[in-house]
Amino acid sequence: MSALDTRAATTIEATDAAGGRRRSRRPAGPEDGLIPGARRGTYWLYLVPGLALLAVIVVVPLVWNVYLTFTEYRGIRPPEWIGLENWVELMGDRVFWTSFGNSIAMILAMVIAPTLLGLLLAAMLFDLIGRKFGGRLASFLRATYYLPQILPAVIAAIVIGWILRPQNGALNQVLEAVGLGDLAHNWLGSPDTALPSLMVIMVWVQLGYPIVIFMAALQRVDPELYEAAELDGANWFQRFRAITLGMIRPEIFVVTLTCTIAALKVFGPVYALTGGGPGTSTIVPAYYAYSEFFQSQQVGYGATIATALTIVIAAVSVLFILAQHRMEKKEAER
Amino acid sequence: MSTIIEELDPERRDVELPTDAAPAPAALTPRSGTRPRRRRTGKRTPGDWLVLVIAIVLGFFIAVPFLLILVNSFKSPADYNTSGPLALPTEFYVDGLVAFWERVNFPEKLWNSVFISGLVAVFAVLISMFNAFALGIGRVKGRLWIVVLILLANMLPQEVLLYPLYFMFKEAGLYDSQWAVIIIFTVIQSAFGTYLLASVYSTFPKELLEAASLDGASRWQILWRVVYPISRPTLSVLLIFFFIWTWNEFLIPLTFLVSNATQTVPVAITVLQGDRLMDVTTTSASALLGLIPTLVFFLIFQRTLTRGITAGAVK
Repeated sequence: MSALDTRAATTIEATDAAGGRRRSRRPAGPEDGLIPGARRGTYWLYLVPGLALLAVIVVVPLVWNVYLTFTEYRGIRPPEWIGLENWVELMGDRVFWTSFGNSIAMILAMVIAPTLLGLLLAAMLFDLIGRKFGGRLASFLRATYYLPQILPAVIAAIVIGWILRPQNGALNQVLEAVGLGDLAHNWLGSPDTALPSLMVIMVWVQLGYPIVIFMAALQRVDPELYEAAELDGANWFQRFRAITLGMIRPEIFVVTLTCTIAALKVFGPVYALTGGGPGTSTIVPAYYAYSEFFQSQQVGYGATIATALTIVIAAVSVLFILAQHRMEKKEAER
Repeated sequence: MSTIIEELDPERRDVELPTDAAPAPAALTPRSGTRPRRRRTGKRTPGDWLVLVIAIVLGFFIAVPFLLILVNSFKSPADYNTSGPLALPTEFYVDGLVAFWERVNFPEKLWNSVFISGLVAVFAVLISMFNAFALGIGRVKGRLWIVVLILLANMLPQEVLLYPLYFMFKEAGLYDSQWAVIIIFTVIQSAFGTYLLASVYSTFPKELLEAASLDGASRWQILWRVVYPISRPTLSVLLIFFFIWTWNEFLIPLTFLVSNATQTVPVAITVLQGDRLMDVTTTSASALLGLIPTLVFFLIFQRTLTRGITAGAVK
């Protein structure tokens, strides 16, 4: 997950960068390549391997997958066209809606909680601890918070899963040791606690990402701004609201967008820890699609779930980017 | 520890660096000392100390799972049952670690992961470079659409490609072959790389290209003798990222690498959870084996990343 997030974040930033650059750096002359002389046409040769692979690995499967949503296909006999049946079934499928409900829980755990906590912690580390106790300590703490992010998501999940084991798990044993044995629980195995446990795990995994990004963003804030505000008698929270939040808004957008996409796509931890269970209490769309593909062999239906997920992700991304543009525009008009 | 600290900055910075047109040049400030040097203003109030304690306690809670895994991987199950998860091991017990190591044939899994991630990193960087050469330096027509298409590849949930790819590779006889995974991730990673590099190359110093062209260098020569050496710092950062990202991937390796001998480290460790062999401390040892390689990369690559950043800063 960590990797994906970072990657996604950079993607967005790069978009901005590329966009901005193209506009500003466009030379006055004709639309030429940067190397003078030769015709531009032959540059296409360099795109051939990349685009050919992209077509085979992404474009064709994507279109094929959409086609499969209109078929009944169990992987053996050829797909049979059934029109919109899968989609109709999907709309009335309780499990599907449960899975999206759980996606919202994942957004809470992977986007909202880490972003809010991350903002607070980044500001705390940068503005208070970094300033009063030294930058080294702040960097050390940041590194500690980031630790879970460097692991493959499944391994991070296994680490916590081990602590939550029902028999002789570390958490239950600790609870017993301090006299709270009654609270011992099959954390991931009972329907009432499986989802909350998974959410706590995801907060643990995600928290370091916003902290690192926000702290990097804070470095471009002029420290004199804080000092001036402090002299004017602004308290920590006022400085946080007026300066910090305003300055790092672009990063907040990037973090919420990339984390939302990651939360909608989450698969590994669910696979490793609960398999969507008990029952369907922790099922998420990605896992549901996977299990339809390879456990129920309902390929057409699995493809429909995956396509629906893609549509949701695309819609979320577009909405985010539109909101960001609108906000930037407003900013510019001021 | 300072290594880890140093690492985190690059981790963040190196990705920003190539996109140096980012709205504000936060990423470009020289590193380490870089943080605007702030005088320690004001006295430390009790409130400050309270905040510090909270921050440290939180850091402790985040690190606790790692410490627990470390401590308990070297305990016998009996030891664990009598003295609990928090005590230090009474003896240095490695049977669990050894048992798991042998059960998964860990060196084989390590090699699989290195092989897959390494080849993906190299191929993806190559393809990114070719693509970016045409898009950023060649400025081919319709490049905007190409970039949009490429971005799409990066955002899609992999599930939407999964079954068709599964079917295609099965037909091609590459199911359960590491090559399937290598090809797929070469495309997925190079989509990101193309995107990033194209924006870097679009600001490539024009004078250098013109000079090379006047000297009669062909395009191919310019790519390899001018563009490649100058952008090597960015390329090496991409290489490392592709390696680690591919290492951490799960869904596609899980689907395509069904037989034990082809599996990667995360897949092999995950599919064995709940196995009969997995007593409590062996499970802990399995988690330890899973997290060690990434911790090691984190430490090894840090230097390259830092170098990449400083070198890349001289645009």
